[in-house]
Amino acid sequence: MKKLINSADSVVSDALEGIALAHADLVRVYRNPDFIVRADAPVPGKVSVISGGGSGHEPLHSGFVGKGMLDAACPGAMFTSPAPDQMLAATRATHSGAGVLYIIKNYAGDVMNFEMAVELAAAEGVEIATVVTNDDVAVRDSLYTAGRRGIGVTVLLEKIVGAAAEAGASLAECQRIGERVNAQGRSMGVALTSCTVPHVGRPTFDLGEDEIEMGVGIHGEPGLRRAKLADAAEITRQLANPILDDLPFRSGDNVLAFVNGMGGTPLIELYVVYAELAKLLKERRITITRSLIGNYITSLEMAGCSITLLRFDDELTRLWDAPVLTPEWR
Amino acid sequence: MRVAVTHVIRFIEETAAILQDQRHYLTELDAAIGDADHGANLDRGFSAVLARLPGVAEMDIGSILKTVGATLVSTVGGASGSLYGTAFLRAGSVTADRFELSPEDLVAALESALEGIQARGKAQLGEKTMIDAIAPGIDALKQALAAGDDLVVALRKGVAASGEGTQATASMIATKGRASYLGERSLGHQDPGAASAFLMAQALLKVIESSE
Repeated sequence: MKKLINSADSVVSDALEGIALAHADLVRVYRNPDFIVRADAPVPGKVSVISGGGSGHEPLHSGFVGKGMLDAACPGAMFTSPAPDQMLAATRATHSGAGVLYIIKNYAGDVMNFEMAVELAAAEGVEIATVVTNDDVAVRDSLYTAGRRGIGVTVLLEKIVGAAAEAGASLAECQRIGERVNAQGRSMGVALTSCTVPHVGRPTFDLGEDEIEMGVGIHGEPGLRRAKLADAAEITRQLANPILDDLPFRSGDNVLAFVNGMGGTPLIELYVVYAELAKLLKERRITITRSLIGNYITSLEMAGCSITLLRFDDELTRLWDAPVLTPEWR
Repeated sequence: MRVAVTHVIRFIEETAAILQDQRHYLTELDAAIGDADHGANLDRGFSAVLARLPGVAEMDIGSILKTVGATLVSTVGGASGSLYGTAFLRAGSVTADRFELSPEDLVAALESALEGIQARGKAQLGEKTMIDAIAPGIDALKQALAAGDDLVVALRKGVAASGEGTQATASMIATKGRASYLGERSLGHQDPGAASAFLMAQALLKVIESSE
């Protein structure tokens, strides 16, 4: 294992120290329990928007704390959801009386820990609403399963709902917008390599030189199926078609197209994928009105990407275009 | 025999030791169908528990178990922290102010723990989770006690059933938790949560056997 770390046990802690030192003008970092809040929190009269999740997905969520996006983020251990104490402490530090919205990715651990936090915060009299993202079309969904994972849509939702809260939307309004973003967005990812969790020391799964893993999540867990490596056009089709058919996106739709890197893929390859995606959408007469390309929700050093499409309208576009000032998005 | 405060303390210590010893085994299981952190997470949680144990060693069983639960909730994170934390908190609620438990009290505590896990995780038997190790174990323990076995013998039967339940998870398709994303690819792999629950059952048996 080759990593720029001091020890496997101190990665999250050491990185939090780095964030605190690098971005003191934008955020404050608290320890034990660990959470990050925007420097001017609590903002009077504003709904507090809080998210959190396992570490290893940076810049999500800690890089998106600041004006126009999150009021607080709670980083868990590597690929492990944070504990309720963290969410409760972040709630206390950012709550201004207008209520608090928790943005939760749909994973068993995240859902359970945020659920416990909701119970604890409610017991303190804080009004809490939640939005759960579950946009991954690679997961077969049914009433009897854990349901789909929350992936790329989470990034878009944090930006859009963060803008709404900044503009003075009520808690109910923020929740409504969040649910609409989740309902209108779909994603799917592919891994070209696995990733190495520091305390494990070797890749989570093995992929041959000519193999890819289709339908991966964001924790290095194996995906839906193993496939042969193909060119970017073919891989883009294999990701985009299930997304398009699922919502479904229709001819005449406006969309935000998001090509996200998993952490180990260079930007130049993400733009190759974006070009293929744009061609494919044009064939289907779907118009890309906004785009986002880069590493926003990652799996450590995994190579690969995910594609997210979000059906766009005037309200979402206006919120998307609103200013944002955070360590990793400005 | 009855379960005393010292047994509970030793059970926690034994659990921490066995989880530390087996952390790589649990992580291996988790790497196959999850995200390779189960062993490390539980080890981190029970190390924190060990640090707090001296402070509650003279207290009632309920307070000890609640401290374990609260510590797991706040230090583990993930599904396992929430589930095991809730389990210990619930077991602590039904043993509040008690310094000794009859075998029936022990069963009641285990059943409360299981109910807590089911309520928090919304999973049922047969979904390839820790429930598949815990529920058969409790059933076998109850049956053996009802048939007149003493606690040690009954616990041996319970632990054996828990082991069989753990084995059986290999032939189940996960529908809850992160392994559920694999669908049929989860077949052939034991559930790490069931495996860690089975290790805890073995820890309990070891403590009760050694004090016979």
